[in-house]
Amino acid sequence: MRLVSVAVFFVTWWIASLLVGGAKLPPPPEVLQVMFAQAKTGALFLNLGVMLARVVVSFALAMSLGTAIGYWMGRHRLADRLGDPWLIILLNLPALVIIVLAYIWAGLTETAAIAAIAINKLPTAVVTLREGTRALDPALDEMARIFDFPRGRAFRHVVLPQLAPYIAAAARSGLALIWKIVLVAEFLGRPNGVGFEIGVAFQLFDIPLLLAYSLSFAAIVFLIETALVQPFEARLSRWRPRAA
Amino acid sequence: MRLEVHISSKEYANAAGARHEVLRHIAFTLEGGEVGVIVGPSGCGKTTLLRILTGLDHDYQGRVSRPGRQRIGMVFQEPRLLPWRSVEDNIRLAAPDVDAKRLSALFDVLELSGHRSHFPGELSLGLARRVALARALAIDPDFLVLDEPLASLDEALAARLRSQIALLLEGRSTTTLLVTHNLDDAVRLGDRLFLLSARPATILHTLPIRAPRSVRSESDVADIKNEIARLNHANG
Repeated sequence: MRLVSVAVFFVTWWIASLLVGGAKLPPPPEVLQVMFAQAKTGALFLNLGVMLARVVVSFALAMSLGTAIGYWMGRHRLADRLGDPWLIILLNLPALVIIVLAYIWAGLTETAAIAAIAINKLPTAVVTLREGTRALDPALDEMARIFDFPRGRAFRHVVLPQLAPYIAAAARSGLALIWKIVLVAEFLGRPNGVGFEIGVAFQLFDIPLLLAYSLSFAAIVFLIETALVQPFEARLSRWRPRAA
Repeated sequence: MRLEVHISSKEYANAAGARHEVLRHIAFTLEGGEVGVIVGPSGCGKTTLLRILTGLDHDYQGRVSRPGRQRIGMVFQEPRLLPWRSVEDNIRLAAPDVDAKRLSALFDVLELSGHRSHFPGELSLGLARRVALARALAIDPDFLVLDEPLASLDEALAARLRSQIALLLEGRSTTTLLVTHNLDDAVRLGDRLFLLSARPATILHTLPIRAPRSVRSESDVADIKNEIARLNHANG
């Protein structure tokens, strides 16, 4: 079914290209040709690779920090009160502002780019995990206390499984957000990556190159979603009785 | 394990800040191996009392003394199993030291052997209660607390689980406290009954049962129930 869907996409594209003209929307074979050329020189893999590395590092950073802060805010009222105004500001600050400020303050460096991406994702992870922590079942907490579960065992077997759906939700929405932001960060201040290449193509008005990178990007996102994210989510909810 | 309880008062503050007394002057002692039963009307504060005795609630006036550090096994009103772990894992997480033989024996008595690898979501309430009971007993507790373990089970099932509990309590040195609003359970399982009043709950009567649990006959049970009815009547 998915293959049919992909085929429909390519056919639609081809027809549209015939309608508006190859100069504005090159047909699929032309774009694929550019893609292969980029792959041959290795540029495609290099750019996809550095972009993926940025995604992985900033995602890991934002998720671990966001989970810790969210859990803390969910457990302690004082932490929640102190952190809440920061959250509101960060949640509503445009990604562009954070990226530009990061580049101005920390220079056009890798650290600045990764920090900017992570900071963009952080508040949504915090909010989701705070909700998850507030929803923890006090009855199970008491059970663990009565049966004298050591801290580590209680966290791993009682708390973490309850947070798992929230972590999965934060991961999923966070990944979607990071895919969007990473290209902007590369476009504005990195000398490589898919975002940088799209910037170059934009300046040269090289539409086949632009589409070649966009398409490769979409393919990677699709691959990671189906091969990693969805099986991970399925694994987390294994114990739940299946819906009919 | 000897349990000494002297609670002079326990209050709750409601949302408006008004204080309500839930417990007043509750004093009793349970000796090692004894099965005490707290009987009282629904909502009189029995669960609050259990929370104090198990150390979940420290906000009260009075004193509860249990010697040193001991293992507490508790069966809550709701089974409180971890839904993401199998029946066996639920027990092993609470009782990591339980040996396979003892666990098998427990599973046998409680008729759980076929459900070891099931998840709590696949169990009926009666089965889940038995798993919770197995968990509480697997840690070989010094103090066993059963909070309405037979509530909302149909009579046949309740009777069966009641006799399983009686069997498991036999010959143990575990000090046990059972909370129930059901006189049948109280009279068949207890060594000593504490009859509680409505809120604020206080002990109206203490009733020792002389006939040992294993030889308690139907006529013994009827006699004790009559005695309780007479006491309740005398109290108005």
